[in-house]
Amino acid sequence: MANTQRLEKLVTQVRRDILRMVHKVNSGHPGGSLGCTEFFVALYNEVMELKDGFDMDGKDEDLFFLSNGHISPVFYSVLARRGYFPVEELNTFRLIDSRLQGHPTTHEGLPGVRIASGSLGQGMSVAIGAALAKKLNKENKLVYSLHGDGELQEGQNWEAIMYAAGNKVDNLIATIDRNGQQIDGSTEDVLPLGDIAEKFKVFGWDVLEIADGNDLEQVVAGLKEAKSRTGKGKPVCVVMTTVMGNGVDFMMHTHAWHGKAPNDGQLATALEQNPETLGDY
Amino acid sequence: MTQYTDQGKKDTRSGYGAGMTELGRTNPNVVALCADLVGSLKIQDFIDENPERFFQVGIAEANMMGIAAGLTIGGKIPFTGTFANFSTGRVYDQIRQSIAYSDKNVKICASHAGITLGEDGATHQILEDIGLMKMLPGMTVINPCDYNQTKAATLAIAEHHGPVYLRFGRPKVANFTPVDQTFEIGKALLLSPGTDVTIIATGHLVWESLLAAEELENQGISCEVINIHTIKPLDEKAILDSVKKTGCVVTAEEHNYLGGLGESVARTLAQHLPAPQEFVATQDTFGESGTPAQLMEKYGLNNKAVAAAVLKVLKRK
Repeated sequence: MANTQRLEKLVTQVRRDILRMVHKVNSGHPGGSLGCTEFFVALYNEVMELKDGFDMDGKDEDLFFLSNGHISPVFYSVLARRGYFPVEELNTFRLIDSRLQGHPTTHEGLPGVRIASGSLGQGMSVAIGAALAKKLNKENKLVYSLHGDGELQEGQNWEAIMYAAGNKVDNLIATIDRNGQQIDGSTEDVLPLGDIAEKFKVFGWDVLEIADGNDLEQVVAGLKEAKSRTGKGKPVCVVMTTVMGNGVDFMMHTHAWHGKAPNDGQLATALEQNPETLGDY
Repeated sequence: MTQYTDQGKKDTRSGYGAGMTELGRTNPNVVALCADLVGSLKIQDFIDENPERFFQVGIAEANMMGIAAGLTIGGKIPFTGTFANFSTGRVYDQIRQSIAYSDKNVKICASHAGITLGEDGATHQILEDIGLMKMLPGMTVINPCDYNQTKAATLAIAEHHGPVYLRFGRPKVANFTPVDQTFEIGKALLLSPGTDVTIIATGHLVWESLLAAEELENQGISCEVINIHTIKPLDEKAILDSVKKTGCVVTAEEHNYLGGLGESVARTLAQHLPAPQEFVATQDTFGESGTPAQLMEKYGLNNKAVAAAVLKVLKRK
């Protein structure tokens, strides 16, 4: 896959962006962001059908909603590098007067963002609404969403999961980032989620799994497979196993970096492991 | 004083239903959502005429608010429908993040507001909703007084871009404002001019205030009655112009005195024109079961309570 090389470069650069953004303001959520880097890069550069430019209604293009808004660094980096706003603006992450708020918002007019998220568990409902609007508008386009696995502890998700299946919202692809971690520890220790794929299945969704969500080719193939299953009467769920903190050895396989920024030395080590590929902002 | 005639008692929620029927015919972008209360919200005609533009979400109000937010992306104008309690307190964070903070053009339409919901009791009688909703930046808060005005408000909010909370009620009450009136969001209505005291009322208390003003006129007291159907943005000029003339004010609403219209008026006066004020409202309490009339009497929300408040405020002038 010739394109994979280009995307791999982008993945590495996005990791650098994430690390530098959270380091600069000594806050933010690198763990989940790093874990979902391949997903965002694949989605925005290989999977979604997007128009040039940005308008809120997003008619005649695919839409994406980030429900677990705390992984804003990866979202912002990928949006910027896809051309939604200048990459230099990543420098303003979490600073006063910035459009790059701690959690994504429409309030400051940042192109690429269509809903505020951060208070967890709300994104699937919004994605369903946008998918229903596409059906009303007779648009043959899709709505994608991303949810943390821990976020599924919020009850509103299950209202939405029930609704989407019951009402055949089959132009929706909801991906669950199954990294098994949340702030207080492993998801299975904090509040067991059990077999997420099975839960979606019994609610009536078409479910597929991406065994390694940090393998770019698997992510692209999985999302394309998900796409092929739309329009068949069922919403599609992708359960994607990832490693929180992926790409930085000391951040991997732990919840410790969920919401903690690296210090100067840690940043240097992390950046060494992810050499500049497409130019730092 | 200006005389008003009750054209026949009707529930304000039916005004909402009639407004939705009309919007279904005139505005193709309007869609309706409901959380298992179609009959209570009186939207069956809208559904019958526009089945593809109706979304039954079941008993899942949080999901309803999120779906409504999503429907705006793509140009739809969603009207959500459930009781006021389940339209606000139950889903406050969903409204806050997915609708208000996200600047979404959702119309949150809330029936069975206040204590006149009646027999179901305090679990369903929300008296805090105005406060909850007016605190949200960018939220417009409207509480029309009768059937005709509720219908007009329903039509008007479809033309207004931005989140709106539209509050109406369950019982049949006097219908006295003009049929097919134009509804101007944020514009107070001077119902009856007077010189001794200003009565500022909203919702079901507007008619009660007119009854009180009529009774007080017989006692030689001249009341200026203002209908504030839009609590936010508040028509401060109308309030100040009136109180400059009368020098005192009674506010009347079917809501807790904390957080309601009364507090908004008091804030306006404190900033610009301090004046004695009495509050006809519930006194930081939950409601209970009973008929609407019994509850209005017991909780001091009827024309007698308004008249008593006027006599009290006049002594403080």
